[in-house]
Formats: sequence, structure tokens, C-alpha cells
Amino acid sequence: MNKIRLIIWREFITRVRKPSFLIMTILGPLLISGGLLLTSYLGMQESEGHRVLVIDPSQVIASKLKDTDKVTFFVDHALWEDSVFKASPYTVMVQFNDDLLNEPVANIYYKELPSLGVQGTITNELERSIELAKLRDGGIDEEAYRRVRKQLKVKLFDIEKMGEESLEQERAMVGFFFGYFMFIFIFIYGVQVMRGVMEEKQNRVVEVLISSVKPFQLMMGKIVGIALVGFTQFLLWIVITVAIAMVGMATLTADKLDPATLASQGMTAEMSEQLAANDAPMDKNAVSDLIEQINVPYVLAVFLFYFIGGYLLYGSLLAAIGSAVDSEADTQQFMFPVTVPMIVAIVVAQTAVFNSGSAVVMWCSFIPFTSPIVMMVRVAMGNAPLWQLLLSMALLVGTFIFTTWLAGRIYRTGILMYGKKVSWKEMGKWLFYKG
Amino acid sequence: MERTATFVHQVRSMLQLEGIVKRFGAFTALDGITMDVPPGQVFGLLGPNGAGKTTLIRIITRITGPDEGRVLLNGRVMGPEDVSTMGYLPEERGLYKKMKVGEQALYLARLKGLSKADATKRLKDWFERWEIDGWWNKKVEELSKGMAQKVQFIITLLHEPKLIILDEPFSGFDPINAELIRSEILRLRNEGVTVMLSTHSMASVEELCDNIGLIDKAHLMLHGNVREIRRRYATNTYRIDYKGNRVALANALSFTGELIDAEEQAGEYSVARVRIAKNGTVNEVLRQLLPSVEVHGVQEEIPRMHDIFIRVVNENQPAAVTAELTE
Repeated sequence: MNKIRLIIWREFITRVRKPSFLIMTILGPLLISGGLLLTSYLGMQESEGHRVLVIDPSQVIASKLKDTDKVTFFVDHALWEDSVFKASPYTVMVQFNDDLLNEPVANIYYKELPSLGVQGTITNELERSIELAKLRDGGIDEEAYRRVRKQLKVKLFDIEKMGEESLEQERAMVGFFFGYFMFIFIFIYGVQVMRGVMEEKQNRVVEVLISSVKPFQLMMGKIVGIALVGFTQFLLWIVITVAIAMVGMATLTADKLDPATLASQGMTAEMSEQLAANDAPMDKNAVSDLIEQINVPYVLAVFLFYFIGGYLLYGSLLAAIGSAVDSEADTQQFMFPVTVPMIVAIVVAQTAVFNSGSAVVMWCSFIPFTSPIVMMVRVAMGNAPLWQLLLSMALLVGTFIFTTWLAGRIYRTGILMYGKKVSWKEMGKWLFYKG
Repeated sequence: MERTATFVHQVRSMLQLEGIVKRFGAFTALDGITMDVPPGQVFGLLGPNGAGKTTLIRIITRITGPDEGRVLLNGRVMGPEDVSTMGYLPEERGLYKKMKVGEQALYLARLKGLSKADATKRLKDWFERWEIDGWWNKKVEELSKGMAQKVQFIITLLHEPKLIILDEPFSGFDPINAELIRSEILRLRNEGVTVMLSTHSMASVEELCDNIGLIDKAHLMLHGNVREIRRRYATNTYRIDYKGNRVALANALSFTGELIDAEEQAGEYSVARVRIAKNGTVNEVLRQLLPSVEVHGVQEEIPRMHDIFIRVVNENQPAAVTAELTE
């Protein structure tokens, strides 16, 4: 036991001390949050305001187009020559087609591409005035029209849990997020286990090691040590990302997303209402509702279980592959059957978010190679009965005990096998060698 | 040596192998190896490539287990705890390239069960003795191959094992460092440590080993004391330095021996190789030679281990007799 601790410690400390770990720890969150902030920043930034020339030959636009601090409109009914537009101070020219009311098409010519935000502002404002023109044209009362356009708000309730609005879909998304995290973690760190085993074999340090410790101890020490590296990295990422995001968002978006700004970007009350209706469950209240609805400790406990189980399952298989080959290039043929079930799992988990009742989802939440990710979605949704969960867990435990045993047998033979091209058949034989 | 005198009649074994069989699928790597390694000696494990030496060593070091047979250490069946009393330098050896020398040595010593403080102290002593203090904080990849080998040799011995197994310890060393290793092996033997040495250098075997075991094609072909084995393979051939007529020499030999070859030296003495007849003795031969030629020197030609190795492996027949192990 003491020896396995030493191995875990070495695996952990040598990796954490590497410059690449430090760089990734700092760079990872910077890239993620920086990328997010940069795109939203760039999306919002406009070097200067746009002057929009609207060519409206059929004289549809009757009301005054509302200017914002970024966009000022000017309407003309006569066509402009391109050269005239080029020489003019206008930066954007909008050209409606002739039959605008029946066939609303507009071409936008620009000198400098307007940002998505500005494009949105222009489109919204024009749509609004065209809408008014249509109402007037059809002799429809605007008030009545607004009433007609009012959307149906749908709220879901589980009959078993009356009184609270069901956020099953959203809960599934949370589950999927956990599952996706597992997928990424298992993949990145599982491959690191494989590389680590290969490194020891290539260095020829392995025979010295296993004259002191059992091959199985060496393998498990590596798997656990690398998992700890992963935990550390993710923990640091979360802390740093949250810190950066909080600081960044606070300074950047404080005044960009509030209703006043949106309104000024040409969003009508009706549109923002529509937007609000679509996003309803995600407003502040809904987030706290969602957290309330998810049994957080329960879901976290299940997550931890599947996470560790799944990692051990795949980590041991990848360790076995690493032990059997001499170089990275030889890993391909063995990697394939290991990666396929993982990709299947993530695809099925996606299906589960929208169609949790499907038979495939059901089966995949039992099969141990896919169950960690798929069952995570079902558990978060709250539609996995306890017996199913326990069965799935038991199958996972049984399987990872079996695969670590299997991997241990391949490993102890593989690490001492130099310069031999290994086939599946050969590996199968190793299982029956006596220790 | 006093040690030899004390144990001369008491053949005891540090390590006993009893009927070791190891199979890999249909292939039999070791087929009933029974062998004794006496304590406080250098034991040579010989054999051509692929004979099963490494497999046998891996069974002794408990890296792998035998299908049949057992390994006894000091008279009792070996257990997992015995691993810490053994030091093993494998033929396929290496270190973590990115790890620092000192840190790595400490890690490997602690895996053998040494405490951090003990390991640090012993390691410092070794580094001082070999004058390599400056290497402590170097990464292994910064060392030359020979330097890394030295570090590895130290790591093998750091936990002061009672049984040391060295597989091709001289490979990768220049003559000066090879000599350093050789003297360390002798020092260890004099301190009562048992050393098992696997090597293809027959000169080293003659120089260092007291007893040997020769394995070929999964079988033990030859086992026993080096001097005795060489004597047993002796063909009763003598080298005679003489002055006189070659024909006279040949004639004088006719009844008791056979002239294999003779060489006229440029100077005054000639050299002849003579095989003495089965029941003849060197004294009889000399009696016959003395009237005819002037004998300057006589020396028995004992075959080199090199020749014995080749002969045994080519014939691939287990030696009829196993020479006695001597202490």
C-alpha cells in the first residue's frame, strides 16, 4: 500500500511540475474565457456609428425609423447610383425590392461590414416599419394584431410532482453537461495513462520497477496518479475561469445586455417579450428553480460514482494498450475499439436529452461502456428508477473489476515484451500465461 | 581466504532452484531447471541468446512465477517480502529521462522499502565515493549512456541487498568504468554478498565467477565450479617450450603422447603442443623427452570457458556429470 502511494505521488508530482501543466492551467481558462469574452466584445464593438441609407422606391416606410447611438437612418425614394453612394458619407445602403409588401427582400450594400449587432438593429427596425405598413395596407388594427401575435406560454408539470413546473429538459441538459465533462476527462487522461505506460516501456525503466512492485500496483498507481493530475487541473481551471469570467463580465457587459440597451438596439417590446418567453426557464428565477429541482447532492454522488467507474474502466484498457505496443504509431488498431463506445455514448446521451424514453437510451444506460455518460443524463432528468440505477452501477463495478483484471494480465506481460508487433490473438494468449 | 576455509565442507545454498518449468503458451522457456547458488560467491549464469536466462532471472526476482518448481532462498520458499533483499540490474534497463538523478534514485530506493532519510544518506555516500556529486540535480537525459549506467548500478545496490542479480552489467561501459564495476563486484563478494552474473563475456566469467550454470534451449547444460569444469573439459594437452630438434621430439613422444603442432620460434626456444595418451602422465612424457631435447617449460592447457561454451552449445547435450559446487 505504501508502495502504491509512492507511485501515485511520483505520477502526480512529475506531471504537475512540468512547465506544460502550468502553461495549460493558466492558458486553458484564459483561452476559454478570453475567447468567449473576445467574441462577445467584438460582437458589441463598432468602431463608429453607421449611417444607413434606405432606398424605398415603393414608399412603404411611412413612420420615422428610430435612430440609435450606433445607427442613424435616412430614407430616400429614388435609386442611388453606386458611385454616388460610394462618394456619400453613408456607410450602408439598403435597397428594397419593388414588391416589398408581398415579397419582403432587401439587399444591403456596405462600405465596411456592419457588426452582427448593427445588422440586427437595422433588420429589426426595418421589419417593424414594414409590419406597420402591412397592417395599414390590410386595414388591420394594430392593437388587435398585437393580441393575435401573443404567444402561447407552455409550462410542463409532472403529474407526480404537482405544484412545481417541470424543467425536465433543462435538467437533462445539466446531466448531459456532466456526461460531456466525463467524456472529455476520460479521453484526455486515459490517453495520458497509455502514454505513461508506453514511456516506461520505451525507457526500459519498467523492469527495474517491477522487481520492486507488482505490475498491477504500478498500473493502478499510474491510473490513480494521473486522475489526480486531472482533478487538480480541472479544479484550477474552474477557479481561474470563474474568477476571470466574473471580473471580465462585470466590466464588459454591465451595460450591454440590460433592457434599455436592447431597446435602443431597435428591439420592440413585443420582440423582447418573445425573447423572454423563449428563454423563460433560463431567467434568474428559473435557474434557482432548476437547482431546486435537481437533487444536487444525489446527482453529484451519482456523477462521482460513474466518473470514477468510467475512468477506471477506460483507463485500465488504455493502460493495457500502452503496455502492448512499442510506439505511438502501433496504438491505432487497438485504440479504435476503445474510442468507438465512447463516441456512441456521447451520441446516445445527446438523444437522451430529447428522447429519454427510447430503447437505445435505456440499453446504453446499462451497458458499462456507455452507461456512465448516458445514465448521467437520465439521473439528472430524474427518470431513472432506483433499481435501474443500481443495476447499472453494479454492472459497471463488475465490468471495471473485470477489465482492470484483464488489463493487469495483458499489462504484466506486455511491458516486458520488446520489439514485437502484437496482434489481438497474441494479447489473448497473454491472458492465460501464469503470473 | 579464511572464508573459504570455514565453509569448505559445508555446501550450503543461498538460492536453490528446484525443477523450474516455465511455458509461454506452447513454447517452453525453461524445462526443469534445478540449480544451486552458494552464498558469498559470484555465480555466472551463462547461455546463448534466447536460452531462457532472462526468464529464469525474472522468476528469481519474482517478476514472473514458474509454472512448476520452486525457488528457495536460504533454505525456505521465497515470498513476496524477499524482493527487498534482492538487487536486480536488468539487461533492458533505463531510467525516467525527465526525472532528476537524485530524486529518481530516492524514488526507486524507497520502492525497495528504504526510508527517505536512509536512502538519502546512502546515496550521498555513494555519490561521494564515485565522485559524481554534481549529478544529483541533473536530469537523466543530460547524462551520457555510461553515466546513466553508473547511476543504475548504484540504484541496484542502494538497499544493500544480500542477493544481487546483474544481467550484462558491463555492456555500455568503457574499460575504465567496466573495471570499476568489476572491483565493486569483488568488493561485494568479499563482504559476503551473493552475486549472480549473467554475461556473454567469458573472460569475465573466468575472472570473476566461482560457479556457473549454463543454460541452453530451456535446459541446464552445465553446472558447477569453474575451475573444475575447465579441468573436466581438459584434453590432457600440454604446451612444452624446448630447445632441440623437432623430429627428435616427435620420436621421443611416440609411445606416450601425440604431437598436435609444433612451431619453430625465431629465437632459440620452440613451442610444441602435445596431447598425452589416456593413461600416460606428464612425468612419463618428460622422462622420455629429456634425453632428446632440452625442456625449458611445461604447462597444461586448460580450455577457456569460451571454448567450453561453444562446445556445449553446439553439441547441445547435457553434460554427463555435474561438477561439484565448491565453496
